[in-house]
Amino acid sequence: MTDQSYNFAYLDEQTKRMIRRAILKGIAVPGYQVPFASREMPMPYGWGTGGVQVTAACLTPEDRLKVIDQGADDTTNAVSIRKFFQRTAGVATTEATAEATLIQTRHRIPEHPLTEDQILVYQVPIPEPLRFLEPRETETRKMHSLEEYGLMHVKLYEDIARHGSIATSYAYPVKVEGRYVMDPSPIPKFDNPKLGDCPALQLFGAGREQRIYALPPHTQVVSLDFDDHPFQATKAPHDCDLCGASESYLDEVIVDDAGNRMFVCSDTDFCRSRREAGHAGRLTMQEAAE
Amino acid sequence: MYVAVKGGERAIDNAHAFLAEERRGDPAIAVLTVPQIREQLRLAVNRVMAEGSLYDPDLAALAIKQARGDLIEAVFLIRAYRTTLPRHGFSSPVETAQMHMTRRISATFKDAPGGQILGPTFDYTHRLLDFRLAADGDVPPAPTAPATQGPVPHITGFLNRDGLIETADRDDTPPPDLTREPIELPADRALRLQAITRGDEGFILSLAYSTQRGYGRTHAFVGELRIGMVEVEMDIPELGFAICIGEVELTECETVNQFKGSKTEPPQFTRGYGLTFGQTERKAIAMSLVDRALRWKELGEDFTGAPAQDEEFVLMHADNVQATGFLEHIKLPHYVDFQSELELIRKLRAEAAAASQKEAAE
Repeated sequence: MTDQSYNFAYLDEQTKRMIRRAILKGIAVPGYQVPFASREMPMPYGWGTGGVQVTAACLTPEDRLKVIDQGADDTTNAVSIRKFFQRTAGVATTEATAEATLIQTRHRIPEHPLTEDQILVYQVPIPEPLRFLEPRETETRKMHSLEEYGLMHVKLYEDIARHGSIATSYAYPVKVEGRYVMDPSPIPKFDNPKLGDCPALQLFGAGREQRIYALPPHTQVVSLDFDDHPFQATKAPHDCDLCGASESYLDEVIVDDAGNRMFVCSDTDFCRSRREAGHAGRLTMQEAAE
Repeated sequence: MYVAVKGGERAIDNAHAFLAEERRGDPAIAVLTVPQIREQLRLAVNRVMAEGSLYDPDLAALAIKQARGDLIEAVFLIRAYRTTLPRHGFSSPVETAQMHMTRRISATFKDAPGGQILGPTFDYTHRLLDFRLAADGDVPPAPTAPATQGPVPHITGFLNRDGLIETADRDDTPPPDLTREPIELPADRALRLQAITRGDEGFILSLAYSTQRGYGRTHAFVGELRIGMVEVEMDIPELGFAICIGEVELTECETVNQFKGSKTEPPQFTRGYGLTFGQTERKAIAMSLVDRALRWKELGEDFTGAPAQDEEFVLMHADNVQATGFLEHIKLPHYVDFQSELELIRKLRAEAAAASQKEAAE
């Protein structure tokens, strides 16, 4: 069911054009935050208005859309955004990563490798990687233009001095093509290695902060670190209790009042397709045995 | 019991149905109509129009009803609607000297041409609950007087003749539009005023209050506060002249601020300006104080570090639709990030425990 009272994918064509210009500029200068005249959307700021606007500007009627939040297709906000585009654009949707042409995500990169026929759109709360070191936008823009990233390295160094390792576990800063330091959105640092040399186009939209940035296909993306403290992509030291995967990012779920836990893939599509292919984890094997 | 956040689709539909039922309340009570809200909760309607940046009392009343009286939610509904509207053009600047005033007061002169009109104000009411309102709503008609004819000049204009107040020269530079371009800092005064007039009343009020208590003090008096209807005119290219396309109610506040002079400016009174939709005088007064505080640079004053002087702080945090969205989004699932924090804390704790064990062994 498409809602005919709004333009295709909700935004009017002039607005989409303005957003596409910002996207093109972002692609031309990878990692640079392009200001854009973000619109008020019919969902609140913080719910993914930036990602929704980027998706709206990129969608064509032929697209097949997948929306995930925390890696899952069935979390409430993913459902809500998917429904929004079903209603306003009438596009086909899917939960299968490989079948999607455009994937909007919050906080995860899918486990299944992406291809050059896909666009990955990230929802970004705070696009400025230097924000928590310097609250003023006027200052941070200057720091980016002068490539003055000393403050960030000092922060990482202080982490090591104080805690023995870098105490950032998500939204872990990266350097793009040796130039701009970029916030990869609050993905776990486990996902950082997938940012670099990715065949898909990666677009980042921050609605409230009015910024769009991009990683064109096969861009060099390096997570910040030191030679003697190299970057490490970490996850819970377990296998998925449902599909047995050892290399996927896991959610920890408290399963009873005694505080017992299970670990399951955060990427629901990845987990399901593995189970369908016959893989099993600790709990599925237990169930089968019972 | 563990309750999964997954399986969202049915949960969302059910939540919406529950919300609609709660909005209606007890079906034995008559349903509230939009015209009732528009007429009897007019100050709420005004606030929603002012912060929603859309002058439409009917839509604002509808938004208040839909939002169950949550005014920030109502402002959000209006903004989300407003942004879909096509732009047909721009009006000419409104002439507030031509305002048909329902209220006009000056704190700086006992009387002035045009007179003082108290109008429909709470100012001198005693704040005693009126239990008659709980019984019935009928009121006798208020006394009337003939309206002042012709334009009523602004009071600050009289000060201007003696050079006692800074001049405010006519400036026809097209103002920037923060709904069509991203805010870029430093902002000019037109952009600042635009952001403040649609900013949250509570936030602007508190900032203004902070200047009165010494954080960026500017010694403001209300030179003039006027409320009334003004005609909105627009140039129609096919006609070749401007015609009136409607009327809006505005509140305009001009403050007169003490100023001892600076390195660049002579001693004279300075101005703060507030202009808001509807009868929203708390907001208009607060706006004029914050406007004046933000003008420290052009007047050659010192930046004392006061929040109300800090343009970036004020402009980036004044919008309640942005603020409430970002604040409340932290209730959305964050378990992927939380998981990575869990891993980190466990690792750091294990390392700390190992280190203290080693220390104890030594």
